[in-house]
Amino acid sequence: MELILNSPLILFFHEMVYFFGGIGVLSYQIIRDLFKGPFYWRLTLDQVFHVGNRSLPLIVITAISTGMVMSLQFGLGLEKFGGKLYVPKLVSITVLREMGPVFTSLMVAARVGAGFASEIGSMVVTQQIDAIRALGTSPIKKIVIPRVLATFISLPILVALSNLISNFGGLLVGYSELKLDPNFYILKILTTVTLTDYFSGFGKSFFFAIFIAVPSCYFGLTVKNGTKEVGIATTKAVVVSSILVLVGDFFLSKLFWILEKMT
Amino acid sequence: MIEVKNFRKSFGKKLIHADVSFNVKKGECMGLIGGSGAGKSVILRSLIGLEKPDSGEILIDGENIAKLRENQLVSIRKKVAYVFQGGALFDSMTVFENLAYPLKEHTQLNESEMRSMIITQLGEFGLANSEHLFPGNLSGGMQKRVGLARALMMHPQVVLYDEPTAGLDPYNTKKIQEHILKLKAQGMTSILVTHDMPTAFAVCDRMCFLLHGKIEFQGKVEEIQEDKTGIVHKFINGEEH
Repeated sequence: MELILNSPLILFFHEMVYFFGGIGVLSYQIIRDLFKGPFYWRLTLDQVFHVGNRSLPLIVITAISTGMVMSLQFGLGLEKFGGKLYVPKLVSITVLREMGPVFTSLMVAARVGAGFASEIGSMVVTQQIDAIRALGTSPIKKIVIPRVLATFISLPILVALSNLISNFGGLLVGYSELKLDPNFYILKILTTVTLTDYFSGFGKSFFFAIFIAVPSCYFGLTVKNGTKEVGIATTKAVVVSSILVLVGDFFLSKLFWILEKMT
Repeated sequence: MIEVKNFRKSFGKKLIHADVSFNVKKGECMGLIGGSGAGKSVILRSLIGLEKPDSGEILIDGENIAKLRENQLVSIRKKVAYVFQGGALFDSMTVFENLAYPLKEHTQLNESEMRSMIITQLGEFGLANSEHLFPGNLSGGMQKRVGLARALMMHPQVVLYDEPTAGLDPYNTKKIQEHILKLKAQGMTSILVTHDMPTAFAVCDRMCFLLHGKIEFQGKVEEIQEDKTGIVHKFINGEEH
C-alpha cells in the first residue's frame, strides 16, 4: 500500500492538488482583502515601477527582435510565391493576436515572477513575513496585493508597447531587407488590423498578469527552510507561470474566438 | 495574564507538544528552557497566533486566541510584542523606517511626533544616530536591540523574547539583560525562550523545562538553582538533553 502511495504518479497528483489548493486559498485571500482597507497605494506604485519600468529594456529588445525575425521569415518564405506584399498583414496580426502578449508575458514571468518568489521567499526565511504578522499587519495586503495589482497594471501597458515596437521592427526589416515601401507597410497594417484583433491579444494580458503574479507570490510564501528552498521556489515560479501563460493562451484564444463569433 | 491549557501541536506526523499547560502572572518573567527542537519557539509563536495549536487553549487576558482568525489577532498583536531571534528587521528599510512601521500602521501620529518617539527610543537602546542605517550595516547585537526597540514601539503589555541573547558577545548580552530587567521593573509581563542560563537566572522569576512534548518541571528560579539532582540540573550541566 505504502509503495503505491509513494509512486511518482501519486506524489505528482498530491503535489498538484496541494498547489491548486494553495493557489485557490491565496486567490480567495487576495479577493477578500483587495477591497478592505488599509490600501497601500505607495507600495503598489513602487511595484509598478519595479515591474513596469525595469522590465522595459527587456521588453523592447524582445519585441523588436520578434518583429524583425517574423518579418524576415515571412518575407523570405512568401517571396517564393510572390506573396511578399502580405508580410505587413501577417506580421501585424500575428503580433497583436499572439506573439506580443505571449512573448511579453513570458519575459515578465522570467524576470518579475523570479523576483517575486525569491524576494518573498527570502523574507520568509529571515522571518520578515512573520514580523509583518507579529506587528499586526497582513502580508497579503502589504506584500501580495501590491505585487498582483502592479503586474495587473503594468503587463497590459508593456504588451501595448511591445505590439507597437514589434510592428516597428517588422517595418524596419520590411523596408531594409524586403524593399517594401514604409507608407505601404503602415497603410497595410492600418487597413488590415481591426480592434477585435487588437483586443483579443491585449485582453489576454490581464489574465496572464494573474497567471504570473499569484503563483510567484504563492511559491515565495510557501518557502519553509533555508535559502536552498528559495532557489527551488524561484525556479518553480518561472516554470509554472510560463506554463500557465502558454497553456492559458490556448484557452483564452478559444474564449476570445467564441466571443468574436457572438458579436 | 497568560494561560496555556492542554496545548497540543504537531507538524505533519511529528508530535511536538502532547499536553503543555502553564500560566504567567502579570508583571512576571517566565523562562522557557529545553533542548534544541523541544518546541520552545513553537509555544512562543503560538502565543501571538503565528502558529495554531491542534487543540488546547491560549488565554491572553482571558481571551482564547487559539480560535481567532488572522484579522481578529490584530488587537492581541498590539498588546503582545514578539522579539525575534534574528531581529527579523525589514532589510529594505532603514532603522528609522523599521521603528516607524508599527506607528504608521496603528497610530495617527504625524511625522515629527514619530521622529521624536523613534529618536528617544533609539537613544534608550544605545542606538543613537543609527536611524539612517540599513539592517545589513548593523552588528548582530545592534540588530537584536533594534528588533527589541521596534517591538516596544506600541507600548505592549507582554513581550515574548525568542533567544534574545543567542550569538551575542558578553557586552551585548549584558545590554539585552539590562533592557529586559528594566522592562520588568516597569511591570512588563514576559516570556523568555533561551539556552543562555545565566541570562535566564538573571531575569526570570519562574521557569518551565520542556522535555518530550511536555513540561517536565516548572517552578521558581531559586528552586532550580538549589536543586542539585533533578532533571533540570542535569540539563543545565549538559548531562541530559
